Amino acid sequence: MIHQFTIDNTNIVLDVYSGAVHEVDDMTRDLIKELGKKPEQKEIPANILEKLSEKYPEEELKEAYEDILELSEEDLLFSEDPYSEYAKHWHKNSVVKAMCLHIAHDCNLRCKYCFAGTGNYEGQRGLMSLEVGKKAIDFVIKNSGNRRNIEIDFFGGEPLLNFDVVKGIVEYAREEEKKYNKNFRFTITTNGILLDEDKKKYINENMVNIVLSLDGRKEVNDRMRQRVDGTGCYDSIVGKFLDIAESRGQDNYYVRGTFTRHNLDFAEDVLHFADLGFKQVSVEPVVAEKTEDYALQEEDLPAIYDEYEKLAIEYVKRRKEGKGFNFFHFMIDLEGGPCVAKRLSGCGSGHEYIAVTPDGDIYPCHQFVGDESMKMGDVFSGTMDEKIKTMFESSNVYTKPKCADCFAKFYCSGGCPANAYKYCGDINEPLEMSCKLQQKRVECALYCAVKFQQMKEEQGE
Amino acid sequence: MKHIKTCNKATLKESMKKGGCGECQTSCQSACKTSCTVANQKCERV
Repeated sequence: MIHQFTIDNTNIVLDVYSGAVHEVDDMTRDLIKELGKKPEQKEIPANILEKLSEKYPEEELKEAYEDILELSEEDLLFSEDPYSEYAKHWHKNSVVKAMCLHIAHDCNLRCKYCFAGTGNYEGQRGLMSLEVGKKAIDFVIKNSGNRRNIEIDFFGGEPLLNFDVVKGIVEYAREEEKKYNKNFRFTITTNGILLDEDKKKYINENMVNIVLSLDGRKEVNDRMRQRVDGTGCYDSIVGKFLDIAESRGQDNYYVRGTFTRHNLDFAEDVLHFADLGFKQVSVEPVVAEKTEDYALQEEDLPAIYDEYEKLAIEYVKRRKEGKGFNFFHFMIDLEGGPCVAKRLSGCGSGHEYIAVTPDGDIYPCHQFVGDESMKMGDVFSGTMDEKIKTMFESSNVYTKPKCADCFAKFYCSGGCPANAYKYCGDINEPLEMSCKLQQKRVECALYCAVKFQQMKEEQGE
Repeated sequence: MKHIKTCNKATLKESMKKGGCGECQTSCQSACKTSCTVANQKCERV
């Protein structure tokens, strides 16, 4: 399977199953389109030659055909699927290697699009106790098999509302990791309201990553991210976020925003972050019920596509000018990215990755919290519902019918199971809107990767 | 090649032989939390 697209006059061909990415001239693009499948004969088919020779010289067309033939024989163009059998007989034997700890089901903001129901996940507001936190650490150690690296994300609500417990859990995990030859890696997500010098110091010393929630321009942020009294939070946190980003050497963090129907010009928000000096940026589409006024609609797609392209072109331009930054969704490493096993299986929710509530209940991921039918157990009993675990474990790109013909499947691994379940009722039925956005982002990311490759060559690397 | 420039070594199939070691970061932990992108994750073996 191949996928061809053009951004800013750059024609790109992705060979889906090999992962090869080619840049082609207009003539070759048209020739590949006419061929439509792996070439079967040594010479260019007469009907195609006749058709395209109205536009391009015959000799050139024959040359391009030879190039296509050569790459096809090398399995770098029109390559066939080598993974379907592998996926059918795949027994993952998963172990739990990552945990999202809901350290606080409470929040000091009331963001309008919050999937956590403004912090409480449609349940009671509450904080995790140190006892529950320790049990969660015990649980993940016990269920992590031979995996050495274990990730813990302190999430909420707002984790800084319960920071003493965060510190207690880190301290406990550090003691236990020595006994069991594990390596805990901590991440924290925060809205920044309670961030101060002491917390900054502690986070920098103990957390490999911090996710800073902010949506972009002041008016965009303050429309959605408000305090209980309705006032926006931009002015009181942006300085603190810049400070902590700088204190971490502009690495191992993300300033992370959400865009909605109210800011379809979200490239401006990404560039706003870059202009402020942030080097690690993620701005992602809101996921919401269609009835919400801020929810993205099908009719918004053309504008969103244009915006992603506009951002990609500017992203490359800034890198060329020495003013580059990283945009999470445009980061694709064409040479050393994840292996096929990772690309097929995805985020690992429900079997490798779980979420733990303040009460110690276990859910497949943070987005399932509050859905009683998806409760998998608790950290006290130390077991997980095998039926739910198996459902997630057996899901992969090849169990999702919609992915069969999609070029982007090895970049998103079949999409977010939580979105699929919430809006389509089945973790194997990806949400169409998310797919469309993902496909556009993959195209833009590949365009950026091709351009960065060119830059390297020009610089003689 | 005059008309096609291949930009990468296309190691996807090669990576199947090794199988997944699973030591890599869980994609949702890095930044997203609402979307699923795996291609920007790093391989721990590289």
